[in-house]
Amino acid sequence: MRHNVKGRKLGRTASHKSALLNSLTTSLLKHKRIRTTEAKAKEARTFIEKLITKAKKNDLHVKRQVMALIHDKDVVKELFSEIIPKIGERPGGYTRVIKLGNRSGDAAAMAILELVDYNDVVNKKAEEQQEKKKIKTKEKDDKKAAGVVEDANIIEEKSEKNGK
Amino acid sequence: MPNPKRKMSKSRRDKRRTHYKATVPSLSTCSNCGEMKLAHRACPSCGYYNERSMFIPKS
Repeated sequence: MRHNVKGRKLGRTASHKSALLNSLTTSLLKHKRIRTTEAKAKEARTFIEKLITKAKKNDLHVKRQVMALIHDKDVVKELFSEIIPKIGERPGGYTRVIKLGNRSGDAAAMAILELVDYNDVVNKKAEEQQEKKKIKTKEKDDKKAAGVVEDANIIEEKSEKNGK
Repeated sequence: MPNPKRKMSKSRRDKRRTHYKATVPSLSTCSNCGEMKLAHRACPSCGYYNERSMFIPKS
């Protein structure tokens, strides 16, 4: 029984798996969005989120710990100088997995793994939607005030019709 | 070793297989382009998911 056993094996030995997760993390931090299988994306997600949360502390010890996992100095530099400030106050949930359907060839479920703060399309849309919501709530408040008067008029009209 | 006494007839074999069926994938229409797409997945024809562009299709 595999009760309370977290994570996926991904058909690899432990060392092979950790090497894979390191390279997936490096690619994601380098390119901001990567296309991989769904299982790898979901497994890499937990790995990366933990790493970024740790990296937020931004001291020498943490830098050395990150360097031990990511073997690309430029990526580590970028992580501490650009990615961490951009993420800012976000309390976890730095990444997003979007499912794409099955790959032709081996029918493996594919997905996009991306850093939430680097998706310009979504961020623009989210801002627009928030503005729209603000406008809508304002309109609703206005309507509520006007609606009371309208209802009164309708009732009057109805009573007139019945009288005829 | 114990073994089957008789050969399974074609009829019995095929009767068992009547329950082997393909399932229909749960498709829905894309809210952006109207093409058929799988539920909970980005649209393969326009790259939209949840009314946002997630990737640009190759063609």
